[in-house]
Amino acid sequence: MKKQNRQEVIMGFVTWAAAVVTIATLLFIIVFILVRGVPYINPSLFSFTYNSENVSLLPAMISTILMTLCSLVIAVPLGVGAAIYLTEYASRGHKSVAFIRATTETLAGIPSIVYGLFGMLFFVTFLRWGFSLLAGAFTLSIMILPLIMRSSEEAIKAVPDMYREGAFGLGAGKLRTVFRIVLPSALPGILAGIILAVGRIVGETAALIYTAGTVAQVPENLLMSARTLSVHMYALSSEGLHINEGYATAVILLLVVVMINMLSVKIAQRIGGHP
Amino acid sequence: MNQLKEKYMGAVFFITALTSILAVGLICFFLFANGLPAMSKIGVLDFLTGREWSPTDIPPVFGILPMIVGSLYVTAGAILIGVPIGVLTAAFLARVCPSKLYRIVKPGVDLLAGIPSVVYGFFGMAAIVPLTGNSILSACILLGIMILPTVIGLAESALRAVPEQYYEGALALGAGPYRSLFFVVLPAAKSGILAAVVLGIGRAIGETMAVIMVAGNQARMPVSLLAGVRTLTANIVIEMGYAAELHREALIATGVVLFVFILIINLSFSALTRRVNP
Repeated sequence: MKKQNRQEVIMGFVTWAAAVVTIATLLFIIVFILVRGVPYINPSLFSFTYNSENVSLLPAMISTILMTLCSLVIAVPLGVGAAIYLTEYASRGHKSVAFIRATTETLAGIPSIVYGLFGMLFFVTFLRWGFSLLAGAFTLSIMILPLIMRSSEEAIKAVPDMYREGAFGLGAGKLRTVFRIVLPSALPGILAGIILAVGRIVGETAALIYTAGTVAQVPENLLMSARTLSVHMYALSSEGLHINEGYATAVILLLVVVMINMLSVKIAQRIGGHP
Repeated sequence: MNQLKEKYMGAVFFITALTSILAVGLICFFLFANGLPAMSKIGVLDFLTGREWSPTDIPPVFGILPMIVGSLYVTAGAILIGVPIGVLTAAFLARVCPSKLYRIVKPGVDLLAGIPSVVYGFFGMAAIVPLTGNSILSACILLGIMILPTVIGLAESALRAVPEQYYEGALALGAGPYRSLFFVVLPAAKSGILAAVVLGIGRAIGETMAVIMVAGNQARMPVSLLAGVRTLTANIVIEMGYAAELHREALIATGVVLFVFILIINLSFSALTRRVNP
């Protein structure tokens, strides 16, 4: 009996210790980045043009926003449309549905560097777009497609069938039901997926270096090269001259990520998901 | 008129659903079409089992065994570090954690998943590299941290899917709560936990930026835990910027090898998850 008690205590200790290690690691990373980066945040980091004197991150920030918007404009209609097809139109258990699911799963598992290679071969070289915002955005939109499809599908599936039956009963067609009844009810779930996708876009580097390139200025059109904040950080680290500014950029990036996460938690609470 | 619109929009939805099939097809085609010729030019065996990578020598030598071994070492190390901590944290979240604490810990784990890999890289450069150098060990530690959220998320849902009666049954037979957790609930969730490990392997082997920033990136066979190492992913990013002709194609072929690894990992993952929920 005593031996069992001791085992119980040890197992309890190990379980709590693991959780403590996980959370302590997170806190350590955040505090570490803040301590290294905050002292180097200064107004010159936010000047409109980049040069090696000010190492400004503002152009990269504007590029990040442009890149995010472009990728979403491409991926959201495709992802939500596909989710509508899978949930509302396709007959359940049909072969095409299983195939679409399988390919989506495959896409979700492909690492970003492979997307980067593909984007370079297809958009940059084959379609001759060059290193450009557009090539980067198309590459990223394929990368986030499975995320948007899956979350939209879950959200649409969660809409009770009563809603649809009610709409049909009142004489609405299928299309009207989808756009007026199903999509508005599923909106928070779809939005949560989009926010997660924004997080992935903002944090992406490997898929962008050889598709969108590394030019540190604000792009004037879609076919110009642009570096996002993450690529900017990597460029600073590989040049090795402005590591401190790199940490300052890390602080900004971390802030963005924390805000994105808080937003998705808020929305998830509104849907009433997890305990 | 209305019926035409209904039909037309149905077709539009169907076409959007085909995007992912098209994307996978294009990715496979372009990678293989650009990578395989280089492999046959170099010789498949020489390419895969060659121990020397000197792309700028005359004549150049393209052997990616050091990178394959490097990727495998780094991934194995990340699993050794990340899986025990991850699974135990998942067990904590699923069974032990008081609900008030859960509301803090769970978003914390999600935040860990949201931190960009370059930020991890900067953290690793300043916090891990001074202790263990630009080495396999540094890469293992950093990747071990990075796969935590993946492992925790999947393992937690696997543990939650274990029927409540198993746990209660164990309690009723006189086992303590932790004993029931370790000897009844964890074994019952083992396929789901295995799936979590497989997905963790996928994450670790595909990670690029963070690894480049801490691993040293020497393209030679790794000799010790504290020696530098270059992974398949790092090889592509580091040299693609200036590579041309056969060198460039050899880098794309490196991507093909990575892609095949990932496809195998994905297939085993979906086989495992299908066993969990048939």
